[in-house]
Amino acid sequence: MSKSSATFSKSVYELMSSMRFAISLLTVLAIASIIGTVLKQNEPYLNYVLQFGQYWFTVFKWLGLYDVYRTTWFVTILAFLVASTSTCIYRNMPSMLREMRSYRELASENSLRHFQHHAEFTTHGTHLEALIQYLTEQGYRYKQRALDNGAGTLLAAKVGSVNRLGYIFTHSAIVIICLGALIDSNIPLKIEQTFGLKRIETRDIPESQVPAISRLAPNSLSFRGNVTIPEGASADVVFLNIGDGYMVQDLPFTIALKKFHIEHYSTGQPKMFASDIAILDNATGKQILEHTLTVNHPLIYDGVAIFQASFGDGGTKLKMNGWNLFSASSKPFDVNGVVNSKTKITADNQQYTLEFTDFRPFNIENTGQLPSAEQRNKDARSVMVGNAVGDKSNLHNVGPSFQYKVRDAQGQAHEYSNYMLPLLVDKRWYMLSGVRNNPGDPLHYIRFPLDQDRRLDGFMRLRGMLLDPSTHAEIARRFAASAIQGGNVPVDVRTKLADSTTKVLDLFGKGGYQALSDFIEKHIPAAERDRAAQTYLKILELSSFEAYIMAEQKAGAPAPKADEDTGWFIRDSLNSISDIFFYGAPVYLQLAEYDQVNASGLQLTRSPGENIVFGGSGLLVLGIFAMFFIRERRLWLLVKPGQVLFAMSSNRKTLDFENEFERHKQRISAIVKD
Amino acid sequence: MELTQTAPQESFFKRLSWFDWLFAAFLIGGAGYALSLYSSYMNVYDKSILLAAVGVFSILGWNWKPIRPLMIGVAVLSMFAISNYHGDLARGNQAFFLKYLFASQSAIMWMSALFIMATLSYWLSLATRSEFAAKVGSGLTWAAILMGLIGLMVRWYESYLISPDVGHIPISNLYEVFILFSIITSLLYLHYERLYNNRQMGAFVLPVISAAVGFLLWYAFDRQAQEIQPLVPALQSYWMKIHVPANFIGYGSFSLAAMVGIAYLLASKGILASRLPKLEVLDDVMYKSIAVGFGFFTIATILGSLWAAEAWGGYWSWDPKETWALIVWLNYAAWLHIRLVKGLRGPMLAWWAVVGLFVTLFAFLGVNMFLSGLHSYGTL
Ligand code: HEM
Repeated sequence: MSKSSATFSKSVYELMSSMRFAISLLTVLAIASIIGTVLKQNEPYLNYVLQFGQYWFTVFKWLGLYDVYRTTWFVTILAFLVASTSTCIYRNMPSMLREMRSYRELASENSLRHFQHHAEFTTHGTHLEALIQYLTEQGYRYKQRALDNGAGTLLAAKVGSVNRLGYIFTHSAIVIICLGALIDSNIPLKIEQTFGLKRIETRDIPESQVPAISRLAPNSLSFRGNVTIPEGASADVVFLNIGDGYMVQDLPFTIALKKFHIEHYSTGQPKMFASDIAILDNATGKQILEHTLTVNHPLIYDGVAIFQASFGDGGTKLKMNGWNLFSASSKPFDVNGVVNSKTKITADNQQYTLEFTDFRPFNIENTGQLPSAEQRNKDARSVMVGNAVGDKSNLHNVGPSFQYKVRDAQGQAHEYSNYMLPLLVDKRWYMLSGVRNNPGDPLHYIRFPLDQDRRLDGFMRLRGMLLDPSTHAEIARRFAASAIQGGNVPVDVRTKLADSTTKVLDLFGKGGYQALSDFIEKHIPAAERDRAAQTYLKILELSSFEAYIMAEQKAGAPAPKADEDTGWFIRDSLNSISDIFFYGAPVYLQLAEYDQVNASGLQLTRSPGENIVFGGSGLLVLGIFAMFFIRERRLWLLVKPGQVLFAMSSNRKTLDFENEFERHKQRISAIVKD
Repeated sequence: MELTQTAPQESFFKRLSWFDWLFAAFLIGGAGYALSLYSSYMNVYDKSILLAAVGVFSILGWNWKPIRPLMIGVAVLSMFAISNYHGDLARGNQAFFLKYLFASQSAIMWMSALFIMATLSYWLSLATRSEFAAKVGSGLTWAAILMGLIGLMVRWYESYLISPDVGHIPISNLYEVFILFSIITSLLYLHYERLYNNRQMGAFVLPVISAAVGFLLWYAFDRQAQEIQPLVPALQSYWMKIHVPANFIGYGSFSLAAMVGIAYLLASKGILASRLPKLEVLDDVMYKSIAVGFGFFTIATILGSLWAAEAWGGYWSWDPKETWALIVWLNYAAWLHIRLVKGLRGPMLAWWAVVGLFVTLFAFLGVNMFLSGLHSYGTL
């Protein structure tokens, strides 16, 4: 080795084992860790694009910020920490062990006098025996040495040497824990990916079609993946979420879900969930064992731990009433669907695909308020989330809900979340339907008011009437007649009112309040707009009442009462009708019946490093307690005729040590006095 | 100093008084009574923890005498309160002793009030150099701990009155752990107060407890957080009972160290220097507290990962709460290295301890407030 490279490797060694470097690493690691807690990790990439925009999305992706803890740079910092700690142990251990064994009985009189903690006493007799007894009493172990010149004895004593083992334990533990974690990490997989041996699958395809390059053999060293199994079905793979895709991990056995159980507290929160599973042999299909899996009680089979992680829908059958929102007809049609599958419907002469995505038999909401976007995202169905405190007041089970997407022929989709039962909001009953354009967006709720019979029909009939232009003239006529009564009113006043009413109804029927407001903006001078708007609204509301009477009459229903309830109903209906234009789909699906099928979310892991990590953790605790709570102290007594020299030292300068020194000084002084 | 004058050492057991033995007998009796009533509901963990508790509390009481009357007081008064319920939750608002003293909510209000009064006493003592006011402060702190522990005990019982399946140990959400935090931090403080025979630090430590109490009150009055909620399945685990308290010994110690750090910084600038303990004492308390905190925090984190391995399927998931625990841990590891290996002392370390409080606070509260993750059980 050349001289310069020798000095280079020496200085690397110096640096790696230096305290400064270790502290810098601890700090850098802490800061790097923060990033991953601020930025939500492992979200679908689309969410990041929406959040940061394309440019920053790409930059952050390049930096690996969506999965910080598995990036090369983060693992490199960890590797440096391990290397630094290892060299530190390598460097310090020999001297530590030497220190542990040694009594330092060779200390010279002169050096003892230079100790910060020393004292001298003059005596008469010799007190060697008494002093030895005192040291033993105090828990010190000692070594005795006659001075070279024979003129005295040195007692070199110490206690708490195990403290030094603490250092070795603690720091070895760090290395052991990191190595254990390394075994369980996905680094081997990452290397395979780098060399193109494995590839992430990003397409949404059936598991059986995932190509071999994205599949991992059952004998993988370690993995952690998830699978959802519907009741009555089975699985022999789990999915590993990686980046914006996944890989399929083949299992050495098959898991069948026989039945899923769930119990709820009276508040509706899940109290317990469990899966009756069976393990089947892959080759023969024979059942090997049966087990009921619950949260916090994993099953370990064949080196794989199986956890109850979550639950969801396994294909609930739904029966729905479909309401055509824009047709004059007010009769619902039947729709049947199954969660996690699609069906086609025709509405407004267009083809739409309905994709049923979820069904929940319970929804715990803060009644009296519309559910907030955030609450809707907090799904109590996973072990991983759930809210013990939440919004304490008014929590109620508001019954089932289901989710679906409506996709038009161009492939554009809106997502809907509808409750099965009416909700009481601001003291009145509504059917609620939430809509959003993007998965991450909050849901916007449209509320359809219920009629006196607590049914949707009244609203749907009124809606049909108001959206049908052919009825507007008749509504307007009746309204004008009832608004302006008495014989001596000129005919043209009435016709004028009827005309403007028709106009208002036509506008509203074409585009809701927005159309009315556009019209006002366009045709009425700024100064008069407010008054005009008020007049129009009044006309709209009052004529709608006439429309409602007509609609009910046509349907053979009893005439609505002219009371405050009906007034609110009309106002709510107008709001809903106006909202329909922004609803995004021409149909509203009202859930009529369901036949629930559950699915159980299982997590499966193989982590051979786990026991190493826990072993290292045990060592860490032992080490830390040895370092903190066992203090190493050394004590020397140089006993000469007529004179005792007492000195103490410790590798930790603490108040306790000062106090102990004082105590020994007094006691020893008392012993040697007589 | 007191410590330097200890008499020749007798064996530990010889130094125990009759009251010490009575105390141990009391603990054994209590455990036996609990076993005779409930052993059919307890699994082997419950039983062994109960027995271990007898040993731990005996030793604690023998070494730290005021613990004995505290524990006896908590036991007797809690039993009194519980017997007053006659198995009916509504009596908490009707029976006189429950309504005004021992119903969990009342006891916790008393605890809050006593902590605030204790804070004021300590400050009065600092302002007037009155030893008496400081003693009153200590007394009030003990009383607050007594009420807080009774509050927790009774709350535990109340949770079973709501419904047997709702019943659980009251350390499961943010509201409950804030009570635990106040109690643990003040006990730690009282321990140091005795160890250093010095009451002036109370003026600095108690305010952080008062702040916790302030939060508790806001949380109760504004958010009705005091209502007992059932446990979600993931929390129904034995690990919770040891993971959470271990964590709070850590949090409490770190907070205490930070508050002493503030005292150190002031004293090192000459502010209140003559009224506060010597700098070396403050420094020593800071170090001890961080060392104890670090030890327990390590244990707590390991317990957490043992639990995670059972509940979440992995001992480490890099969930924000876990990651922040790691950050806190690394921070204090660095602090300890600097002090012990580099031998650094002085204001810089005190500043660091104070900054450490913010890191700890973020791990404890900030994560729940600002970040989402697996630990969302305690959201605000
Ligand atoms: C994650 C990394 C590390 C952790 C968690 C850690 C933890 C600790 C702890 C808790 C102590 C105890 C303080 C005490 O003695 O009371 C300590 C002491 C010590 N550490 Fe580290 N350490 C780490 C890395 C390192 C590295 C890389 C070095 C090498 C430069 C190092 C050198 C030392 C030394 C020399 C001591 C003092 C031992 C003694 O004097 O007894 N540590 N460490």
